[in-house]
Order: sequence, then structure tokens, then C-alpha cells
Amino acid sequence: MIHPLPPGTRDVLPTEMRELRTLSDRLRVSFEGAGFGEVWTPLVEYEETLRRGDDRAARAGVYRMFDDRGRVLVLRSDMTVSIARLVATRYGGVQPPVRLSYLAHSYRAVERGRGQAREFLQGGLELIGPAGAGGDAEVVSLVLAALEEAGLRRHRIGVGDGSLVRGLLAELEVPEDRRGTLLEHLSRRDLVALEVDAEELGLSPGARDLLVAIPTLRGGPEVLDRAEGPVARSAEGLKALYELLAASGAAERTIFDLGLVRELGYYTGAVFEVYDPAVGFALGGGGRYDELLGRFGTPLPACGIALDIQRVHAAQAAEERLG
Amino acid sequence: MSAASAAPEPGLGALTLAVPRGALFSETLDRLDALGMATAEVRDNPRRLLFSGPDLGAGVERIVTMRPSDVPTYVEHGAADLGVTGKDVLLEAPSREVYELLDLGYGGCQMVVAARTGDDAMEESLRRLGVARIATKYPGIATRHFAATGRQAEIVEVKGSVELAPLTGLVDAIVDLTATGRTLVENGLEVREEIVGSTARLIANPVAHKLKAPAIDALVTSLRGLGR
Repeated sequence: MIHPLPPGTRDVLPTEMRELRTLSDRLRVSFEGAGFGEVWTPLVEYEETLRRGDDRAARAGVYRMFDDRGRVLVLRSDMTVSIARLVATRYGGVQPPVRLSYLAHSYRAVERGRGQAREFLQGGLELIGPAGAGGDAEVVSLVLAALEEAGLRRHRIGVGDGSLVRGLLAELEVPEDRRGTLLEHLSRRDLVALEVDAEELGLSPGARDLLVAIPTLRGGPEVLDRAEGPVARSAEGLKALYELLAASGAAERTIFDLGLVRELGYYTGAVFEVYDPAVGFALGGGGRYDELLGRFGTPLPACGIALDIQRVHAAQAAEERLG
Repeated sequence: MSAASAAPEPGLGALTLAVPRGALFSETLDRLDALGMATAEVRDNPRRLLFSGPDLGAGVERIVTMRPSDVPTYVEHGAADLGVTGKDVLLEAPSREVYELLDLGYGGCQMVVAARTGDDAMEESLRRLGVARIATKYPGIATRHFAATGRQAEIVEVKGSVELAPLTGLVDAIVDLTATGRTLVENGLEVREEIVGSTARLIANPVAHKLKAPAIDALVTSLRGLGR
């Protein structure tokens, strides 16, 4: 008999489960060892709570239901909002920094028929309290070391500035009604459409070149020197991060990527994405979200990152095959 | 970092390029020839799908050939770092996560609404039945076009020669790609509306775009240097 599963979900059998356990245990040990205590939050949250954190996180939720009082519940689409709620509720009087980690499922709507999961297991960490490059560097170094501990050898982390693109559009005085399309083209890196946009906006040649170049400015720290004019401030912030990463030995795995735009809207500073050459998709990502906790009444800067355990597992398997 | 991470890493740099067979095939290979690549083997072996070797040139170590509509799939999953395909294919699958790096300029064609010459079946259906029946190989583009123009349409997806559909009364009109319009004319059809123009595009896998940045940028720069 064939009994179908809801789209985007699947079963895990013993061989895979054993490997997933080994991998997640290693990540957990790395995170705990660095002082990031593991937490657990309910799988369901009030939709209102998710919306308070990030409207897009609420909209990304794929399973909704009503409780006995008619309130809307969502299977969480993202752990970070839940952690922000947890910190605001449970850590009210605690002196930061607060270091937390988790290994948990989230549920997000994805396009059908793309072989992508709606239910996915994330291993992540959140560092609440330290502001700026210091906090960012701790998160980046730890996740790189944890992946190495888990057996990856060729992984890289892309680092950008989540506020750069919006700042640039404001600086270039791009009309409000054009920003949506432009952001879309920038984040999808549709360079052909972007060139057309830049032409239509009638920007100065310098501004046009900068706008079109941003999504291609990626590589070692040398790309930060090529970030001029309105984006120089972002580049300065990333240079400070580079210095710290160089000191911790993580710099050689870092790719600066000025065009990096993350899907969720709550990022205010550095943004990250984790890659491995064996896998065509990012293994995870995160960034700095200095305003999110304030929305729950505890204004504290924070930074975090989450790994998609099944994608990390795929990278691990591919690296083993390559030897 | 460990010693392992400092060692040169195999495969980090050399590119896999997806080349579409069909209408864009020979012009794509012409461009690659102009970059100094060795494509004679690809040209001369219509049944072989995978060509590899360090001597392909231009930073490419592997060429894989496939139908144009498969190119975004291979590139999205990272099975190819770069690929060439038509804008029509990208518009049909807009949710594919690939970066569009360059308009290559060739392979120009139009996505059009076409119907039988001198016949107003579509208008009549819309007026009297409230919905037009449209046959196409591009259900995504067709659906979006009719929705955007405020008309209800029943999209009939066909795989083969779509020109046959209005001639047999299956549908009122078609949405299809046309370069010269000759096939349309030969089948007694005419263009009613132009939806969007299409040319060949160079696309990249998002992860490869970062991990193989120097090789990709070099290839883009030289392709750009060829002009349109």
C-alpha cells in the first residue's frame, strides 16, 4: 500500500538517522563547548508572535491551525523569532551576553516539485548582547569550526552586509516605487535586468556602475577596497570583521560578498551564508539582527546562524566520496 | 585552520558549462570558439552529452549538453556551474534560483499570442463564453500574460507542434515562441500580441558564483568583450 506524505516531508530510516544523529551530536558538542546552551521552544507559536518578530517569517509559515479559542497558531517557520521571544520572556533580568543553541525543526513554504523540504532540521546558535564585529566574528568562527569538527573540509562562509543594499538605494535617491523591483533584481542577482533598471533610472555613470557592480563584488578582503562611495561605510564594518576573523584563523574560509541579501527582513548588519562546493545550495545562513529583540521589549543587539542539517549531511557525504 | 584546508582544492575553479542543444547550439559554440575554446568535439558528436578535459580552455573543464529547458535545472542544483539558455526558459521557470549574468544577444525571438489568420475565435470566446482556450508549451508565461491583461484563459499544455491546436479547433489561440514567423504563416496563423522578447542568457549557480568567482568573472568578461 502507498500512503502518501504531505508534500515536502519525508521519513528517515535507520542508516540515515544514525548519520544525522552523529552529525547533530557533533554540532551540539561544539556549540555547548563554546558556551551556547541548548534550548527547546514549542513547535507552534501564535501567528501574532511571529508577525511581531518579522512579517515575512509569519508569512513563510506553511501549516496554520486554530486552537480551541480560535487563535491562529503557526508551526514556526524560523527559530530566531522564537529565540527572541524566549530571551525577552525568560532572560529579563539576566546580564548579557546570552549564548543559546538549538537543534530543531522548522516549517517553511517552498515551491512544489523542487525536491526541497518544507520540514527541515536546523542546528543553530544565537549570541545575544555583544554588538558589532566582535559578536559577528564569534558566531562565524564557531560555525566554521563546528563544521570542520563535523568532517567538512572545503566549506566557506559568505559574509555581506544586510543593510548595504537598502542604504545604497536610499543614498542614490532611487524613488520608493522602484525600490521593490530593484531589490528583487539585486537579491536574485539578475544582472541583465539590473543593467536595464540602472539605465532607466537615469543615474550618474558612477552610481550606475556601482549599482551594477555590487552583486559581483565578492571574494577576499580585496573586494572591500573596491566598495566606494555610498557603500564604503558597509565595507569599513566588514573590514573590522575581517581583522577579527584573520586573528582567529577563519579568514581564509571567508568570502566577502557585498551583494549578499538574505530572505528575511530582520537583518540589520552582517549577513552570512554557508557553502560547500559539493552542494549547489547554501548549507545555512544568518546574520545580525539588532532590532528584533526590541520588538519583544528587550532591546539588545544579537547575531545568529542556522545550518540545515540535511544539507550539511549531503555535503559531508559528497566530501567523503571525493576523498 | 587545518593543513587540509590550505592544500589546493580539486575542482575549485575549473568550470562545468551547460550548453543547450537545439536552436542556440551552434551560436553558443561559435562564441566559445571565439574565446579560444576547443568545441569541435562537441559539434561533431551529436549523441554524446558530456565532454571533459583540461584542454577545453577558458577555465572550462567540462561541457554538458542538454535541451535548453533543462539548463536551469542543472545549474540550480550545481550539476553545472554555468549554463546558456533562452530568456523564454527562465521566464517559464521564474522560481529557479539561478543568477542571470549576461544577455548574450543572439537567439533573438518573440513570445507571442497567435491565432488563425482573419478569424476572431479568441475574441468571440472571451465575449460569449467568458474564457479563451489557449494552447502552449509555456503555461507559466501564458497564464501570467492573460492574468496581467485581465482576461480569463484556459491553458491547454501541449508538448509537440502547438500550431496544430487552433487549426483543429482544440483552442482559440496559441502562445508560442517565434523567430521569423514562418512556421506560423505556413500554418495559416498570424501574430496577435507580442508578449516578451527573448535572447540567450548566461546563468550561474549561486554557490559557484561565489566559490568560483575568479573563473566565472574571467569568462563573463571575455564573453562581454565579444559584444553582441
